Amino acid sequence: MSAPTFDLGTLHGGLRLPILKDESTARVIQHVPVPTQLVLPLAQHAGEPAHPIVGIGERVLKGQLIADADGIISAPVHASSSGKVVAIEQWPVSRRLGENAPCIVIECDGLDQAVYLSEPIVPFEKQSPDTLFQKILYGGIVGLGGAVFPTAHKLMEATTESLEYLILNGVECESYISCDDMLMREHAMAVVVGAQILLHALRLDRCFVAVESDKPEAIHALADALTEVQDGRIAVKQIPTIYPSGAEDQVVQLVTRKEVPTGGLPTDVGCLVQNVGTAAAVYDWICQGEPLISRITTVTGDGVAAPMNVKSRIGTTVADVVNFIGGYTERAKQLIIGGPMTGKSVTTDRVPLVKATNCILVLSETPPLGTENPCIRCGECAQVCPVLLLPQQLYWYACADNEAKLRSYGLTDCIECGCCDLVCPSHIPLTADFRSAKLRMRELEDEQARAERAKQRFESRTVRLEREQLQRAVELMKQKERIKNAGPQAIQEILERSGKPSESDKDE
Amino acid sequence: MEFERHDAPFLTPKVDVASIMRQVLYALIPALVAHVWFFGPGILFNLIIACVFCSGAEAAMLKVRRRPVQPALSDYSALVTAAIISFALPSLTPWWVTATASMFGIVVAKHLYGGLGFNIFNPAMAGYVVVLVAFPMHLNLWTAPRMGDIDYQYPTIIETIRYTLTAVLPADLGFDAVSRATPLDQMKTGLSNMQTFDEIHNNPMMGSFGGRGWEWVSNFVALGGIWLMLKKIIRWQIPLGVLAGLIIPTGFMYWADPGVHASPGFYLFSGATMLCAFFVATDPVSAATSPRGRLIYGAGIGILIFAIRRWGSYADGVAFAVLLMNMAVPAIDYLTKPRIVGHRKFEKWHHKSRT
Repeated sequence: MSAPTFDLGTLHGGLRLPILKDESTARVIQHVPVPTQLVLPLAQHAGEPAHPIVGIGERVLKGQLIADADGIISAPVHASSSGKVVAIEQWPVSRRLGENAPCIVIECDGLDQAVYLSEPIVPFEKQSPDTLFQKILYGGIVGLGGAVFPTAHKLMEATTESLEYLILNGVECESYISCDDMLMREHAMAVVVGAQILLHALRLDRCFVAVESDKPEAIHALADALTEVQDGRIAVKQIPTIYPSGAEDQVVQLVTRKEVPTGGLPTDVGCLVQNVGTAAAVYDWICQGEPLISRITTVTGDGVAAPMNVKSRIGTTVADVVNFIGGYTERAKQLIIGGPMTGKSVTTDRVPLVKATNCILVLSETPPLGTENPCIRCGECAQVCPVLLLPQQLYWYACADNEAKLRSYGLTDCIECGCCDLVCPSHIPLTADFRSAKLRMRELEDEQARAERAKQRFESRTVRLEREQLQRAVELMKQKERIKNAGPQAIQEILERSGKPSESDKDE
Repeated sequence: MEFERHDAPFLTPKVDVASIMRQVLYALIPALVAHVWFFGPGILFNLIIACVFCSGAEAAMLKVRRRPVQPALSDYSALVTAAIISFALPSLTPWWVTATASMFGIVVAKHLYGGLGFNIFNPAMAGYVVVLVAFPMHLNLWTAPRMGDIDYQYPTIIETIRYTLTAVLPADLGFDAVSRATPLDQMKTGLSNMQTFDEIHNNPMMGSFGGRGWEWVSNFVALGGIWLMLKKIIRWQIPLGVLAGLIIPTGFMYWADPGVHASPGFYLFSGATMLCAFFVATDPVSAATSPRGRLIYGAGIGILIFAIRRWGSYADGVAFAVLLMNMAVPAIDYLTKPRIVGHRKFEKWHHKSRT
């Protein structure tokens, strides 16, 4: 069975990136052994960080809850092997903002002793959606595509919308990355059953698994799994291999021909998108009882000796992972967590592998500095922009810090895919510029909100003062009235009480 | 282990401004050869002078503006300006005319507006217009193209160099002997003298479409332009806009009355139409920037070329048409913003940010 490529929406622009995945797909997924030390950041998800519920010196088991979800949107963290908590401290991590974050550090005892499952595993069909949502929340499951939004929250929010489709995103469009591809090849059944669980929880009956056309093995494996389960609700859709077709809104556009409205979410057009890895994690937790304590990561690039996909415990440091696969080559210069288009470069390999880490990319080359030329408005950036922005104009207004123009030219619609950077003959770091312009815009908004609040406070204070003044005046008038009505005798009495001269005052 | 920090994306771009400009220059080589064949070696000397003055002016301005000279000079943009100026000028042009056009183009039209990327007007066309106004006599001296069947005296290489340096021709080779009215001039005067298009077209100066020689240079210019389009150095919108803007009104008028109107073919293959469509109007810096805007920008140039040639006092209207449309660019860009994905068609573009 081959997946149909017809009946797809179209994507404007995009790029055909060098694929560079064969290096890491040549071998089956290797399992990284228990490291000596695990570093588990409290914030591995979007939303509020989890709060630790273990103390220093405490012994923890594999799969044990060590930090609980905190706040409206949050996810718990589990120990990924057994050992002793030695510290809860700041540790270098890979994040968009900030270089260090609080982490629980566990010294592993190597026994990898798992926590005893108190509850029996009930078939998911017998469980109500609410129970499943709660379970998924406890399992610490977050979106593994990169945004790491807590899955339970995403599912619960989606049930309030009128949903039509569940889309499993297996479109891994960035160069180098192949962890989802390998997952689908080796664990297609986990993905398919995960999809069934999600469909059951969402009470949906249509699911598309979107896979890029350059992954025939994955498509084949999925097709086999689907024939085995005989589930007509789930279908594979083959997506053209164009970057960034795997971005959430873009996948929706390709699969359903619907555009996610600006500032909206895929649920606004009846779609819920989950990464295939998330579906597999849901399966592992609901059907196998293993919370999200490990993941598949591509370790690749010309900076590592033997590129491959590994399954490692969350919290294993990059140094340990790279060590396991044979270490760096001599030319390793850049360490990137994530893909070559949207990843983030870090300065040290002490950073731990977290739930979001789909790729560890080590490159030998660094971009030449100081080669930026003036923009010649060639417009190639607009040709490749998947959301039809005019990056050349945005760049102009970003330089001028013209907030109104940036807004009207759709800066907030930029998905930061980096296509424009790659075709710019002047080598302008457009995406980085847009990112900082967005940040400035947000700061400005915050500032305006603060100013607005201060203004309101001031105004209400003025109103209050005026009201009080008026009240006092009324009070005074009433008192005068009372005195007047009381007659001269009473006035005399009052004056005497206050000890003031009386006659002269009265004459005036 | 420690590593270097950089910003995403980590793949490096494969194109650069210098390679784009270099390919534009390569694309003009066939036309240059044709030009030398039909009009003598004059253009080569003009090219050398224009290159020297454009690069010199660029370097001097960068020095004055305290910008690094080396990287800006090595982007070849000044040389593209020089090449276009030398194609615009007659093959016999005194050096100071070329120098004035080059210097004005680079100093005033380019650097006084902020240098590459910031110039509103096409530097080559601005420079050309200045000399067109300042030295009209020199700009009208076009040699006749090489034609096997007509007895015609060609200036030698030495004579060409001497003319370029001094504007003096040998006594036995007067202006009248070497120069001919250009096909565009002939058409203009012919039509105003109540001659029909066919009568004018019978003149031996005329080729199958435009002027003899001129049309061949145009062919090679177009060839270079199509190569640039295939290499995606230039996109199709502007050339198509220019050509359509010229073909549609001229075609309509020629169809209405072929006696008193020149054919669309004549408009396309005479003067600088092809140079304009593929090399001048496509200068990205001074052109409109959205795909739809570029189509409109090109069409505006085409229509203006037609209007100036038909009713204006200049024989060719390319430079003025380009400069006029340069002025319209901000408005075109503003009005042709593409619909961003996720926005409705006529929606006012304001957003609430995704939370």
